[in-house]
Amino acid sequence: MTEQTSPLPPKAHAAAGPADQPPGKTHSGPSPLDIPARPGAPKPAPRPAQPAHLTGAAAASGGPAAPAAPAAAQQHSPAGTHQSAKSQQAPDQPTAQATIPQAITARVTGAQALVMALEQVGVEVVFGIPGGAVLPAYDPLLDSERIRHILVRHEQGAGHAATGYAQATGRVGVCMATSGPGATNLVTPLSDAYMDSVAVVAITGQVSSNLIGTDGFQEADISGITLPITKHNFLVTKPEDIARTIGEAFHLASTGRPGPVLVDVAKDAMQAMTDFTWPVAFDLPGYHPVTRPHSRQVREAARMITDAKKPVLYVGGGVIKAHAAEELKALAELTGAPVVTTLMARGAFPDSHRQHLGMPGMHGTVAAVGALQKADLIVALGARFDDRVTGKLDTFAPEALIVHADIDPAEISKNRRADVPIVGDCKEVIADLTAAVQAEHAHGRTGDHAEWWAQLDAWRTKYPLGYDDPDDGSLSPQYVIERIGKLVGPEGIYVAGVGQHQMWAAQFIDYENPATWINSGGAGTMGFAVPAAMGAKVGKPETQVWAIDGDGCFQMTNQELATCTIESIPVKIAIINNGNLGMVRQWQTLFYNERYSNTNLGDRKAEVAGTRVPDFVKLADAYGCIGLRCERKEDVDAIIEQAMAINDQPVVIDFVVHADAMVWPMVAAGTSNDDIKFARGIAPDWDGGDE
Amino acid sequence: MTNHTLSVLVENKPGVLVRIAGLFSRRGFNIDSLAVGPTEHEEISRMTIVVNCEEHPLEQVTKQLNKLINVLKIVELEPAQAVQRELILIKIRADSDTRSKVLETVALFRAHVVDVALDAVTVEATGGHDKLEALVRVLEPFGIKELVQSGTIAVGRGGRSITDRTLRPLERSA
Repeated sequence: MTEQTSPLPPKAHAAAGPADQPPGKTHSGPSPLDIPARPGAPKPAPRPAQPAHLTGAAAASGGPAAPAAPAAAQQHSPAGTHQSAKSQQAPDQPTAQATIPQAITARVTGAQALVMALEQVGVEVVFGIPGGAVLPAYDPLLDSERIRHILVRHEQGAGHAATGYAQATGRVGVCMATSGPGATNLVTPLSDAYMDSVAVVAITGQVSSNLIGTDGFQEADISGITLPITKHNFLVTKPEDIARTIGEAFHLASTGRPGPVLVDVAKDAMQAMTDFTWPVAFDLPGYHPVTRPHSRQVREAARMITDAKKPVLYVGGGVIKAHAAEELKALAELTGAPVVTTLMARGAFPDSHRQHLGMPGMHGTVAAVGALQKADLIVALGARFDDRVTGKLDTFAPEALIVHADIDPAEISKNRRADVPIVGDCKEVIADLTAAVQAEHAHGRTGDHAEWWAQLDAWRTKYPLGYDDPDDGSLSPQYVIERIGKLVGPEGIYVAGVGQHQMWAAQFIDYENPATWINSGGAGTMGFAVPAAMGAKVGKPETQVWAIDGDGCFQMTNQELATCTIESIPVKIAIINNGNLGMVRQWQTLFYNERYSNTNLGDRKAEVAGTRVPDFVKLADAYGCIGLRCERKEDVDAIIEQAMAINDQPVVIDFVVHADAMVWPMVAAGTSNDDIKFARGIAPDWDGGDE
Repeated sequence: MTNHTLSVLVENKPGVLVRIAGLFSRRGFNIDSLAVGPTEHEEISRMTIVVNCEEHPLEQVTKQLNKLINVLKIVELEPAQAVQRELILIKIRADSDTRSKVLETVALFRAHVVDVALDAVTVEATGGHDKLEALVRVLEPFGIKELVQSGTIAVGRGGRSITDRTLRPLERSA
């Protein structure tokens, strides 16, 4: 490879922003305002979750003071108007009329500009930890009446909390850290949010610009480090760029395919004086997310749906991100096609719905895996043909034509070639598909899926999800999780770590609503649950938030229980304590001749199930939480109810369960979905189901 | 596998090259050659990237490149519809005995001598990849002391410009 670097002088800021706006909007703000510059907005009043000027909703609402930013957004993105439509219908977002900001100009420090910009984009909560380089930002943060800063115990906790908050509310989650190790501790949560397409903005302090590149104290090239795990990132070294960059970061994180964006701000840029102006004009000439699907592709897909004998709607997390659950239900009921929801999409379609076959993939139901495998048409909606869903790719769904709708064109045909690609926001795609299928029906073309349903029903009757109670009378982990789901109900939010408990929580809790199931899907981050549940509870204080965690996962991030206690965030943590890294142990059982190398977390000499090191009840107590322990099936309901009754303190329940329970069904890694095992050594009889 | 020449218009900002190079390495795409330079618009740089891959991975390359926020436009230049050039500088062993033969060869390729020393001449040549390869082959017997070569740069034939449409939004804001 030959490489020739640019001889040009670095030119950080190409377009002169102000000219981008209607004249007189930005710089003509008449009032030189003091710091919390929010004219006309009552302090604790509810305000738009996604600020109007970011999503373009203000333009749609027709306010006379419609700021310049939407104009800029629309100019850069031809689909701006559709975005506004989406944000208006999003469930968690109150209408925006009340607080259309006036143009603001003020002489402030860069740090004040940072905090004011965060206020302007509608941030309510920041999870973070201060440190040397980010100290300037923490000073004005102390005075902010709009932003609640939650002091976490580890930056990883801040990142996952922001992710949990974003997943639960549909808003952008924000975390903050100092330079160097503070910033690198955000790497895991950023990678996690990137894999699961979660709108998170991370703000990090950086050493002063004259020290950058000199290996200064607590210097780390965090924008370089996070290049492959963020949607985009920025290094800001000039105070006048701070506000615009914050605006751009929130715009990037929350539009198109959502994702994490990191803003690294040099300490001296925060200390220097600048003119804060708001709204800001974005300088993002290369960013044009397509949300509006191509109508010809949609019509073609609709024709294929009505032609298909064995269609399946393969629903991914994009449907939840697009707030398209209602549209999905309409499409499913119109077409009569079966629905499968991936790990990231649990809750996008009600589990109680007759057309729902459950979760596909490595630990999916036989009916869902079989439906995809034997389908003649797969309509993928906001899903990405992940290897955990397809199994061995070249044997996946060999007979199926593929309609693939996604907001990210790069996902389409990445793993499985699409016959009909549709680029667009799932909310619009699904609505358009429904209309197009209706048109097909109007011409008398309706699908007949009776035979297909006979097959599917046979599979789901013959191979339902289930489990056996352990012979020795010890507690079954599946039972515990199932009971939590039943007693807490579909209005609760469930957050899982990674491993067996995660799969059981995906299988045995019935999800009826979107954004009630939060987990680390793509990255598989152990330790996700406690901080993510904390973030979800902050975003949804009226909702019961239950973390279903493993004893291995819990020990990675349980320090955030201190945060939960001190900040009054009453989450419930159910530790499924089998004293082992359970999923790894399951693989050792199945594929490594039961040689349990380094998966036992307990005291091997002790004669108790689970692990008592640490004693989770005492640990909970030490953290100021209520600690409970449950070891017998007959106590499960009472203990869950006891926990549900406590709403002023975090609760930790140590459910000591059997170590040998396994997650079934299972498609072994790298094998074909055809070879799914219903239980150990038992393969489904695909054809036998016809009888 | 075949070579594909991509013209990539990017924002002229710090760190853009590393974003692109990093994307190629982490997604497992092979870069055959990469050249970056200014364009007729100071806020835009142009990269010419030659990738060696099949059609399907190429689609992934362009889609992934398009996702980079600083990338403005990507155009694949078909060899028949584009002018492609590389620049080469070669320092060849040449004393009084061989110098005239070296110069004769150099002239055949319409290359220029840019430096002469008692024991060597340095030659500059531009052309397509094949021509420069041929030049190197015929000069090799004289002894190549040093060789440096640029990546391919390319421009489409005809009157149209790939920067026209890209620039519209930028011009408005500039």
